Amino acid sequence: MKFLAQIINGLSLGSIYALIALGYTMVYGIAKMINFAHGDIIMVGAYAVYLSLTVAHLPIPVAILVGIATCSILGVVIEKIAYKPLRNAPSLAVLITAIGVSYFLQSAGLILFGSQAKAFKSIVTVKPIHIGDITISGEIIVTITVTILSMILLTLFIHKTKAGSAMLAVSEDKGAAQLMGINVNRTISMVFAIGSGLAAIAGVLYACTYGFIDPYMGSMAGIKAFVAAVLGGIGSVPGAMIGGVLLGVIESLSKAYISTQLADAIVFGVLILMLIIKPAGILGVVRKEKV
Amino acid sequence: MKKLLSKQNLFRIIAIIGIFLILYVAVENGILTRQYSSLLIPVGINIILAVSLNLTTGFLGELTLGHAGFMSVGAYAGALFSIYTGLPYFPGFILSLLVGGIVAAIFGLIIGVPVLRLKGDYLAIVTLAFGEIIRSIITNLKITGGASGLNNIPMYTSYISVYVVVIITILIVMNLVNSRHGRAICSIREDYIASESVGISLTKYKILAFVSAAFFAGMAGVLYSHNLGFVQAKTFDYNKSIEILVIVVLGGMGSIKGSIISAIIITILPEMLRGMDDFRMLIYAIVLIAMMLFNASKFKEWLRVWLHNHMPKKAVKGGNS
Amino acid sequence: MGALLEVKNLGISFGGLRAVDGFNITIQHKQLYGLIGPNGAGKTTVFNLLTGVYEPTDGVILLDGKKFVNMNPAQINKAGIARTFQNIRLFKNMTVLDNVKIAMHNQVKYNLFEGVFRLPRYFKEEKQMDEKAIELLAVFELDQEYKTLASNLPYGKQRKLEIARALATNPKLLLLDEPAAGMNPQETDELMKTIRFVRDHFGISILLIEHDMKLVSGICEEITVLNFGTELAHGTPEVVLNDQRVITAYLGE
Repeated sequence: MKFLAQIINGLSLGSIYALIALGYTMVYGIAKMINFAHGDIIMVGAYAVYLSLTVAHLPIPVAILVGIATCSILGVVIEKIAYKPLRNAPSLAVLITAIGVSYFLQSAGLILFGSQAKAFKSIVTVKPIHIGDITISGEIIVTITVTILSMILLTLFIHKTKAGSAMLAVSEDKGAAQLMGINVNRTISMVFAIGSGLAAIAGVLYACTYGFIDPYMGSMAGIKAFVAAVLGGIGSVPGAMIGGVLLGVIESLSKAYISTQLADAIVFGVLILMLIIKPAGILGVVRKEKV
Repeated sequence: MKKLLSKQNLFRIIAIIGIFLILYVAVENGILTRQYSSLLIPVGINIILAVSLNLTTGFLGELTLGHAGFMSVGAYAGALFSIYTGLPYFPGFILSLLVGGIVAAIFGLIIGVPVLRLKGDYLAIVTLAFGEIIRSIITNLKITGGASGLNNIPMYTSYISVYVVVIITILIVMNLVNSRHGRAICSIREDYIASESVGISLTKYKILAFVSAAFFAGMAGVLYSHNLGFVQAKTFDYNKSIEILVIVVLGGMGSIKGSIISAIIITILPEMLRGMDDFRMLIYAIVLIAMMLFNASKFKEWLRVWLHNHMPKKAVKGGNS
Repeated sequence: MGALLEVKNLGISFGGLRAVDGFNITIQHKQLYGLIGPNGAGKTTVFNLLTGVYEPTDGVILLDGKKFVNMNPAQINKAGIARTFQNIRLFKNMTVLDNVKIAMHNQVKYNLFEGVFRLPRYFKEEKQMDEKAIELLAVFELDQEYKTLASNLPYGKQRKLEIARALATNPKLLLLDEPAAGMNPQETDELMKTIRFVRDHFGISILLIEHDMKLVSGICEEITVLNFGTELAHGTPEVVLNDQRVITAYLGE
C-alpha cells in the first residue's frame, strides 16, 4: 500500500509542478523565451496570500484572489518592462534578462521579508480521507482538485474563446496573427497574466503542502517545473500537464524507494534520457529547418 | 619562424610580462589592499571559466547552463589527486591541474552526446540538468566527503599560478579559434547546414568545443579547490553556471577580450558593494537587466552614431568618405 | 571513363507525400546539366537527396561508380559533391576570406596540436590556404573584398561567394541551386560566363537548377524537366524546350 500512497503523493506534487509548468510552456509558446523568473512568481504569490491573511486579516478566498491578482499584474508588468523591448533580440539576451528578473524578485523578497522561512499555516479545511491503510490529506485532495479544475478551465478557455484562439494564432505565427487583426501585444500580456495567476495558485498549494515560505522557495520548484514543461514538450499545454504529473510521480517514488538525496538527480536523469530518445519531449513536435 | 616574432606577438609577450610585473609589484609591496589582492585569484578563475565557456556559447553558439558542473568535477578530481598522492607542490600541482582538466574533459565528452541531438533551449536545460546531476552525485558519494565537502586540500594556488593558467588558457583558446579547427567550430554557429555542406563534421567539432571548454573549466576548478583548501558541492550549482554565462554575454559572445574584462568587473563588483549586503544582489539584478535592455535599445545605436560624429576622426585610408 | 554521377530510381516520401519518385539522371565528366521544372516540382529536394540532407526512401546514387550508403552531408562533400543554396547560406558574420577557408578545411592537414601550438606546419599551410583562397576569389572578382564580412556584400556578390565557397571544397560535381535568382539580365549574362569558365577552368561537372530559361538553354548541354516529383522530359535544350508536355507544364493548358 505504500506504493499507492507514494503515487498519490506524487500526483499531488506533480499537480503543483504542472500548474507552474503551464506558465513556462504558454510563455514559451507565445514569446519563444524561457521565462526564468516564472518560478519566483510562485514565491510572490505565496507571500501575497500570507500577508493578506496575517497582516490584512482578509478572508481566505479574498486573500487567494489578492495573490492571483498580484501575480498577474506583476507578470504583465515584467513582460512590458523587461521582455517586450527584447522581442527581436537574440534569445540569449532574453534569457539573461529573465535571469536578472529572477534574481531581482529573490533579492527583493529577501530585503522585504528576510531570509528566514516563515511558517505558513495551511488554509485547507478539507478533512483527510482514509481508504484502507492509506490516509489522503486534505492538502492533497485540494491540490489535485484545484489543478484538475484549473486545467479544465484553461483548456476550455484556449479552445472555446476568441482570446484563446488568438493565443494559439500568435504562438503559431506572430506576423500572420497581426495581419489577421489580432492585437499581439495584448495577447502576450494576457498569456503572462494567466501564467502568473496559475503560478500564484501553485504558490499557495506549495506553501500549504510544505507549511513554510521563503524567498528562494520558487527557485528549485521553478527549475523542476521547467524540466516538466520540457519533458512534456515545451509549447504544448497538455504536454506541461503530463510532464508535471510524471515528474511529481517519479520524484516521489525515487524519494521513497531509492534515495531522498538522489531524487533530484533521478528527475534530471529522466529528462536527459527522454530528450535523447525524443528530442522535442513527449508531445512536442520537431520542426526541421527548411533547406 | 619569422611570423613568431611578428609585431603582434612581440606586443603580446610584452603585455603578458608587463601585466605580471605590475601585479607582482602591486601585491608584494602592499599597494593593493588585502581585500583586492585576495580577489586576484577569483578574478583569474572566472576569466578561465568565461573564456572556456565562450568556446561553446560564443564560438560554437550552443547555450549551456552547466559549466559549473565541469568546474566541480575538476575541483574534486584535482583535490582527490593531491590528497591521495600527497605529492609535493612540484610536480603535484601541475599533475593535479592536468588530472582535473582531463577528468572534466571526459565529462564534457559524455555531455557531448546529447549535444549532438539537441539545440537551443533544449540543450540549455539538458546541460543544466547535467550540472545538477553531477552536484547531487558528488553530494552523495563517500569519497567526495558528501554534503560537508572535502577538507585538507593542499593550498597550492597562488596568484602567480593562476596568472600562468589564465595566460595559457587565453593563448590556447585564441590560437584554437584562429585555426582551421576553430573556424570549423565558428562555422557551425553561423549556419550548420552550410557548414556540413562544405565537409565539416558537426559531431567532431561540437564535441571538440565541449571537451576543450570542459578541460579548462576543470583546471579552473582545481585552482579553486587548491585556493580555499576545501570544496563543497553546493558551490557549483546552476547559479554559478549562470554567473559564468552572464560574464560571457556581458563581455560579448565570441569576444575573448570582452570575456576577460567582464570577468574582472563581475567578480569585483560585488566586493565594491560590500556593506550594503542585502542590496548587493538587487543591484546586480538591476545592472543585468539594464545592460541587456541597453544593448537592445535604440539609445545604443544613437550613442554609437553620436560618438562617431563627435569623435576626432582618424585618417581614412583610400576611402572617399 | 564512365559517367561521373549515376542516379537510379531515386525517391523520397514525406509522410504520405511522394516528393520525388523514380528519378534518374546521368551526368558525364565536365558536363553542364540543367534541372528545371515548375515551382514545387521537387528540384531542391533532388539536391537535398544528392547531398545527404535527406535520406532517400529508395534508389541508388553512384559517384564515380561508388555507391552512397548512409553518408551524411559532410561525407558526401568529401566524396566530391558541393552545392549552393537557394536562399543563400553564407557564414554571415565571418569575412569573405574565412568563408572560403572554412571550405578548404579538409584539404589542409595540420592537426589540432599543430594549430594550437603554432608549429611550422600551421604557418606553412595557412599561408598556402590564404593564397589559394585569394586566387579562387579572384575568379569571382571578390579578391579585393576578402576582409569584408559576408553579410555586408551586395546580393549578387553573396551568390558568387557561395559558389566560390563550394568550389573551395574541390568538388567533382557542383550543384547550383538557382544561381541567377534575383539577378538582373546583365548580371545573369556575366554569371553564365562565369559558370562556363568554372567548368572549363576546374574541369568539373555542374548541375544547376534554374528558372531562367535563357540561362539554362544558353549553357546547359543536357536538361531534365521535373514535374510533380517525376521526370517529365529529358534531352538537349532544343528537344526539351520544344516538348509539348514541357510547354504545358510551364504555361498551363
